[in-house]
Amino acid sequence: MTDAATAMNADDAIPDPYSIPLDQIRMNQSRLFQNNAHGEYFRRLRKEDPVHYCAESEVGPFWSITKFDDIVKIDSNHKQFSSEPAISIGNPSEDFTTPMFIAMDPPKHDVQRKAANPGVAPARLADLEGLIRERAGKILDGLPIGEEFNWVDRVSIELTTQMLATLFDFPFEDRHLLTQWSDVTTNVDMFVSEEKIQERRASLRECLAYFTRLWHERADQPPKFDFISLMAHNPDTKDMINNPMELLGNLILLIVGGNDTTRNSISAGIVGLNQNPQEYDKLLADPTLIPNMVSEIIRWQTPLAYMRRTAKEDIEFQGKQIKKGDKVVMWYVSGNRDETKIENADELLIDRARARQHMSFGFGIHRCMGNRVGEMQVRILWEEILKRFERIEMVREPIRVNSSFVMGYSEVMVRIMPKDKH
Amino acid sequence: MPRVTFIEHDETIHEISADNDATLMEAALDNLVPGIDADCGGQCACATCHIFINDEWATKIPAREETEETMLELAEGVTEFSRLACQIRVNDTLDGLTVQLPEAQH
Repeated sequence: MTDAATAMNADDAIPDPYSIPLDQIRMNQSRLFQNNAHGEYFRRLRKEDPVHYCAESEVGPFWSITKFDDIVKIDSNHKQFSSEPAISIGNPSEDFTTPMFIAMDPPKHDVQRKAANPGVAPARLADLEGLIRERAGKILDGLPIGEEFNWVDRVSIELTTQMLATLFDFPFEDRHLLTQWSDVTTNVDMFVSEEKIQERRASLRECLAYFTRLWHERADQPPKFDFISLMAHNPDTKDMINNPMELLGNLILLIVGGNDTTRNSISAGIVGLNQNPQEYDKLLADPTLIPNMVSEIIRWQTPLAYMRRTAKEDIEFQGKQIKKGDKVVMWYVSGNRDETKIENADELLIDRARARQHMSFGFGIHRCMGNRVGEMQVRILWEEILKRFERIEMVREPIRVNSSFVMGYSEVMVRIMPKDKH
Repeated sequence: MPRVTFIEHDETIHEISADNDATLMEAALDNLVPGIDADCGGQCACATCHIFINDEWATKIPAREETEETMLELAEGVTEFSRLACQIRVNDTLDGLTVQLPEAQH
């Protein structure tokens, strides 16, 4: 989804944000996020230059919008701020363009989104709840007790990939392919050389070929609630099969949207509760806090750092002159830390008042479609964890992914404390 | 203070007194009426305070504006009676209003 390949000078120390002239701050650098150093940079921008212009970067000039209310204004204003041609800072490659509805404006966006939406609507969620609980239980029951292991691989990836397979009605035994396609899409290491770029494209062509077979099968079968059946039977989207790159784009959108986000919210819960042991105590004392905690984890983590818009006309915004065609990046990861909007915004507080009022799902017509299915997975997982284990102890610092877009973890090493021992 | 009745999807009834000039969303949250998520906090940017207001009251409430229409496009189970609770301010002419809640907010 992101072409923002900005893995550069990985060995240099991260400078103090106040040691750099304001106009030279470049928030597209993925290593700021990989090193968890972005927070202080955004704090400075929110305070000194909340609508910030970066004139030069690897991906050209762009605006950074860093305050909560400003982001809501732009996110809700799709008439002046377009989602085309891309929602990542980099533009799509001219020879490999994958249109997807998150990066379209009305009316095309609306019909494609509506076609897929029943796959994650409330009626469907009620059907999925029991299945998620059974799977979460099975995954947790298979974990080693008292031994170190990577929570990301054994739990976060496993549960979300199983769920994604269900949402697509994808052959369960091949579900690891979904993880693979999701990862090649977002991993900036796949953009560092021509060879890697070709490898990435080859992988995504396999994805397209696999789903093309599924599409033809589903089109011949009675309609069901998986994403492929929904699109193959909807009059507005049934011809997408004739536009392979657009089909691939929408597949990538639904795969990444349903994978990275929930995966990293599941990992973030372990990281957050271990870094804030008093919050872990609160949770153990009162498990009814789980639904509120889920919203708070999603705010605290902000699994997708930003969405980009492109100005459709010259606009004066908070005293700045945004020109037609300018890239405008709405940093949700900063808005969710806006101290003028959220009290103690840096802290994870599982009993926070109005925890639902975060911006991780975005606002306006592109607001996250799968938010309720994501929340439900994280909630059920924690309900099942509390039934089984006393504590899940993080044994060392987590390893974060190298991306300015996906706020995620590749490794969260843990050890489980069983319920009867301390 | 105008009286407002919220009826949940399972027909549980909540009768509350709303502050004049509060929105129906704020009145519901202030009085702990379940079933209104209000994720955007009342900025007409999310459609998670979806409610239904039937015919007899609809004429006493200002019609939907464009933003509300656009956001309702995203909501589930929308009908001609659908509204976003954050866009309706309570006043004395709404005393006795009945509001129906959907099965879930999405």
